[in-house]
This record gives sequence, structure tokens and C-alpha cells, in this order.
Amino acid sequence: MLQSRRRTNNILEVSKLGCVRGDRRLFSGLDLSVSPGTFVQLTGPNGSGKTSLLRILCGLLPPAEGQVNWEGANIRSLGEEYVAAVTYLGHRHGVKDELTAIENLRISNALNGVEISNERAGAALKEMGLGGRESLPARFLSEGQRRRVGLARLLVCNTKLWLLDEVMTSLDKGAVALVRSLIQNHLTGGGIVIVATHQDLELSTDRFQRLELTT
Amino acid sequence: MLRWIVWRDLMLAWRRRADMLSTVFFFVIVVSLFPLGIGPETQLLRTIAPGVVWVAALLASMLSLGRLFANDYQDGTLEQLLLTPQPLFLVVLGKTLAHWIIAEVPLVLVAPLVGVQFDLSRETLWILFASLLIGTPVLSLIGSVGAALTLGLRGGGVLISILVLPLYIPALIFGSGAVEASIMGATPAPHLYLLGAFAIVTLLFSPWAAASALRISLE
Repeated sequence: MLQSRRRTNNILEVSKLGCVRGDRRLFSGLDLSVSPGTFVQLTGPNGSGKTSLLRILCGLLPPAEGQVNWEGANIRSLGEEYVAAVTYLGHRHGVKDELTAIENLRISNALNGVEISNERAGAALKEMGLGGRESLPARFLSEGQRRRVGLARLLVCNTKLWLLDEVMTSLDKGAVALVRSLIQNHLTGGGIVIVATHQDLELSTDRFQRLELTT
Repeated sequence: MLRWIVWRDLMLAWRRRADMLSTVFFFVIVVSLFPLGIGPETQLLRTIAPGVVWVAALLASMLSLGRLFANDYQDGTLEQLLLTPQPLFLVVLGKTLAHWIIAEVPLVLVAPLVGVQFDLSRETLWILFASLLIGTPVLSLIGSVGAALTLGLRGGGVLISILVLPLYIPALIFGSGAVEASIMGATPAPHLYLLGAFAIVTLLFSPWAAASALRISLE
């Protein structure tokens, strides 16, 4: 009884997932069940398949075997409905050098179906510590600042599942703290965060899972 | 949604105007080299004009195709585009439309001007303009499939020409055929109709083909 109740509570379920890149098997038989408000930390040495796993979870990469279920349905069959519930930030920031920070944020949001005003985008960027630099083309920003522009999307999106791939690289202490509070808020609101990182985020949540990939 | 993608790509192109201009300059220079090389033999120039202008347009559009997805691929925005909650063929269609406006429309506009060097009549220049206007969307559409297939490959620039140029042949035949017919004093209408039909067929198939190719390239 308890078992079945817990089962329905897990909105993201991964069963017997396997991934093959080239002729190398990165992992196989991977199981994962995640309920709302859970933080999952992915660790493992370089090349163990952290990025591949996140790309499978967001649907960019079809798994070699097994499946990913969201609210009980395979994400392959859900298609755009699933994509609308996910925010994926890869280790490439997805920030256009030619566009200003505000344009980057507004356009990426509009393409995700959430149109936001200039003021809203400006406020989000200010919160990310980019006040005064909103109208600068992103190529004039530093590596860490560009990453902050990418992370600002987390402030304005209304997705349930966040997949973050090594997003702490080239961030300073203040920005890491900012990301931590963003994740904390998202978890409190019932969201799910899956992060590939080696850093300890020291979140205060009782729903914490660590998934260690090996080579 | 479509308008956001088109607007985004137009803005990006505007911020990198040099890329856009290089395509037009290439076209103008290649077309102008022929009258300079051949000399003032108006009869010969008039005969080769349709082929020269159309081939130059094909080659010029090859220059810009490599950039269609490659820039977005490098900075990770293409991944984000794939993860937007809308059918991928719409994204591709938007980017292709933007590519047509950025890279092909300038060619269509300057073609009548460079055509003057070949001693074409005013009426023929109009037909040249019309044939390019109908035919260049084909170049962007088929090109988008080639660009998606060669994404992330080394030496993709050469490969894309080998893949795409043979598929351009129908557009080349009907397009230059229309101009030729006009020079001969015949009606160019059948050629233009066939060119239009070919454009519609490519419009129906290429966005889907390019979308599938993109998914494979980004795995």
C-alpha cells in the first residue's frame, strides 16, 4: 500500500537506462525515481556519462536502452509537453555573443513560450548581479557573467524539472550562493533539480539523492 | 513563435553585417567577371547571362549556408532551440526564412543591376528578378537540409556543396530557362510555373528532413 503510494508520487522515473557513446558503454541498468521537491546530485569522474545522462533526461539524446517516464508516460511519446516542463542548462551557456543580456533572456524565454517584458528581464538580470550591464552585447561580458545571463533563465522560467550541467564552473562565491538559493526556492516550491557537479551545495532539504556514476 | 525565431536571426545577422555583405559582394564580383573577361560581344554575353547569374547565385548561397546552424551549434543555443516546446520543423522553417531574407533577398535585388552588364532588355531583367525571387527559397530550403546534415563535421563546407549543389539543378534549369525564353522572345511562364511547383515541393519536405537531420547531429 505504502509502496504503491510512493510509486505514484515519483513523477520522474528512470528504469534500466543504458547509454552507449561511440563503442563505449557509459552506464547500463540505471534506475532512478524522483519525487517533487527532490535534489539529485550527479557525481562521477570525467567521462563517466554525467552529461550524457542529463541529455537523455531532457530528451536530446535517445537512450540505448531503458526509458525515462514523466508522470507515468514515456518522454518520447510526450514530446513537446515534456519539453515545456524542463529547463536544461548545458555546459555551453546558450548565450548569443551578439545579443545583449536582456535580448538573450527575452528571446530564449519567448522561444520557450513565456514572453516577458523588458522590465521583468532587467529585474532578473539585476538579481543575478548584472545590474548596469543589461544592454551590453554578451561578448563584452566575462565568462562568469555570461554564465550568469544563462542562469537568469532559471529566475523567469516556470518549469518543474531543472537539469543543470556543471553550471557552477567559472562562477564566483557570490554567484554560487545565488544559484544555491535559486535551487532551494525551486525545491521548496515542489520542483525537481538534477545537477551534475562536484561541489557540495549544502542545501537544507531532506529529499536528497546522490547518484554516483563510475567508469 | 515563428516570428521570434525570424526576428532573432535577423537581429543576429544585422549585428554581423560583414557576413551578409560578403555574400552579395561575391555574387556581384563573380557575375561581373564574365563581361570583363569576354569583352563587348553582346550576342555571346546575352546567351550566357541566364546561366552565369543563376550559377553565381547558387555559389553565393553556398557561402552563407555553413553559418545557418553552425554558430548556434557552437554556443549551445541550438540545443536550447531543440528544447523549446514547439515542433522542430517550425524552428527550422523560421531559421530558413531568416536565411532567405538575409542571404538571398539581397541577391534577388541586385541581380537586375548586374544583369545590365549582359545587355539584357528591361523585360528580361524583370524575368531574371522574378525567376530568382521564386527560385531562391528553394536554395535556402534545400540548403537547410545540407547544413543540418553536415553540422559539426570537419570540412563540412566542402561536403555541403557536394550534397546540396546537385539538388539545386532543377531550380537552375527552370530558373535560367525562364530568362533564356525571355531573351528568345518566347514566354517564360511555363518555366516559372515549374520553378514555383518545385519551390512548393521543397517547402513541404525540407523542413522535416532538416529537423530530423538536426536531431541526429545533436545526439
